[in-house]
Amino acid sequence: MGAVAAPNGNILEIRKVTKQFGGLVAVDGVAFAVRRGEIFALIGPNGAGKTTLFNCITGIYPPTMGAIHFDGRDISGLRPHKVAQMGIARTFQNIRLFPFMTALDNVKVGQHVRMKAKLWDAMIKTPLERKEEAYVRDRAYELLRYVGIERFADHYARNLPYGQQRRLEVARALGTNPKLLLLDEPAAGFTPQEKVELMKLVEKIVADGITVFLIEHDMKVVMSISKRICVLDHGEEIALGPPEAVRSNQRVIEAYLGSQGAH
Amino acid sequence: MSSATVARPRPGPRRGRIRIGRFSINLRDRDTVVYLCLAIGALAFPTVADFITGGEGGPIVLLAADAGVYVLLALGLNVVVGFAGLLDLGYAAFFAIGAYTYALMASGSLGHTPLHHAIHIPFWFLLLVGVVIAATAGALLGAPTLRLRGDYLAIVTLGFGEIVPRVFRNAGDWTGGVNGLSALDNPVIPYWISGPWSDPGSPVMVIKNLVFSVANPTAWYVLMLALVTLSVVMLNNLRKSRLGRAWMAIREDETAAQAMGINTVTTKLLAFAMGAATSGFAGCFYGAKLSLVSPENFQFQVSITILVMIVLGGMGSMPGVIVGALTIYLVLFKILPDAPNQVHSLLATTGFTGIDQPHGDWPGLGELVSRLKFLLFGLILVTTMLLRPGGLIPSRAEIDVERAAKESATLHQEGAQG
Repeated sequence: MGAVAAPNGNILEIRKVTKQFGGLVAVDGVAFAVRRGEIFALIGPNGAGKTTLFNCITGIYPPTMGAIHFDGRDISGLRPHKVAQMGIARTFQNIRLFPFMTALDNVKVGQHVRMKAKLWDAMIKTPLERKEEAYVRDRAYELLRYVGIERFADHYARNLPYGQQRRLEVARALGTNPKLLLLDEPAAGFTPQEKVELMKLVEKIVADGITVFLIEHDMKVVMSISKRICVLDHGEEIALGPPEAVRSNQRVIEAYLGSQGAH
Repeated sequence: MSSATVARPRPGPRRGRIRIGRFSINLRDRDTVVYLCLAIGALAFPTVADFITGGEGGPIVLLAADAGVYVLLALGLNVVVGFAGLLDLGYAAFFAIGAYTYALMASGSLGHTPLHHAIHIPFWFLLLVGVVIAATAGALLGAPTLRLRGDYLAIVTLGFGEIVPRVFRNAGDWTGGVNGLSALDNPVIPYWISGPWSDPGSPVMVIKNLVFSVANPTAWYVLMLALVTLSVVMLNNLRKSRLGRAWMAIREDETAAQAMGINTVTTKLLAFAMGAATSGFAGCFYGAKLSLVSPENFQFQVSITILVMIVLGGMGSMPGVIVGALTIYLVLFKILPDAPNQVHSLLATTGFTGIDQPHGDWPGLGELVSRLKFLLFGLILVTTMLLRPGGLIPSRAEIDVERAAKESATLHQEGAQG
């Protein structure tokens, strides 16, 4: 702990995190660390507790036991907006955009946390506010361009095609200027072509210095882009390591990959 | 898809745009056109009213100033309900708080209270005080409701709306109880340059202590116009700001908003506070103009009327809310009360006096209209909402619902090609 902010240290440490809902143990003493600058994947069958763990990290609910350290600081139990402020952004498994706001405004909302204008600035439009709004608008266009959906800027989020909605969610998350980006099944429902594009996008994001931590079901995607993988089953961690090791791990094959993982 | 780095077409000077200095008016933007029409209508109104009534426009102009009170209230409630999506059924409470603030601090009332000392603070300063006090009350009410969503929130605000007028009624030592407070100060402008613009044909001269009174309807009207304009400009700035986007984000998806770093607690409190602040304006004006406040003026009925105004006008759409407020006010306080008399005179002039006479169970048409006033009001509401489900001037989102299917189909096609 303390000043572990060394450039190649761990950006995120999950320390024996347990989450219980009543009698149900959704996540059971999971411990691993995500290293700065890598693509880390969390996989596991449905109901393994992956999204629950994401929700614990982003503060949607506090872990029952254990601690989560981000950038050397304990963030367990912090409220979601504080977590976002510290530099963790996320997307959602079932897309959660702001449907009746334009794509542009969605990305602007993402930048909310990095903005300074106060109530009074906005009411009378001080020079500070004008300048900031101009910057935020330009940055929003830049991010839309970055994920390749600039031409949808003025459309309501709900009207975007499915694939573009996923991209918009990424752009919105990038708007918060994160150090760590959590992607919850970013390739769900994608065509093979779209998956390839998504992988390119993720690699671009990592190249720009943002660590990516993703949940994904598609083995092709996971195996080809992640540096390390953690496998959960029934809330328990059953494997952790590079793709090749995980692929050949007997418990993983039994629990999750089945015959698919054998070849 | 090849990363679409096509340069965004910059909106240059196009047809339908008027530039005045650094302001650019886009005549193709629906909201701009509505605002423009409203502004022209509002400026021309006193003259037109005078002209039509042959110089007796005073009462109508005063009525319009009263309608402005409701416009302010509707604009304020729209922040809470339309922008932030928090259903507030007790909005009249803030209106009451604004009005009582004025009543206590600008009359002899406090002289009869345990304080034994009357305060006469000028109207202009009290406008600010009223706004601050109402905003504080808004934040205070907001606090316990923050963890509630939807229906539950509505019920709690309903409770608050019931409590506040009751407190004012029962704290008789301070508030005059059921009778309320009367003989409130009129606003006074210390110096005013009078000329043809205040009264046709009058010479230019300096007037000391121009008093706002019933004899001076235009003064009230202009004051209200100024308050409405100020509120519209500020609220519209807010709508397009960081805070406005945060309100809408909470309305659209609270969890996602939080995950994007929006502090939902303070953002919701600010929505309540800003909504209440606007009603503080309305309350001060109302108290000053009527020179009387009583608990009966802030009943549940008022909260509902304001809510009806914004729903009918178009929730979340500021021009819509203004038009909605004016329409409902006109129907509720002018057309419906006048309707029986209109029917009487219409029947008298056309000679069908027969059906206006009561006999047997038939009360006469005019009387019937008078009895069925609220049924008519209901019918008008139902018909409007059936014909225009998103309100008279829907927010863009509402229009979008209707053409969403079409648009999203074409976008999907584009997406497939891209």
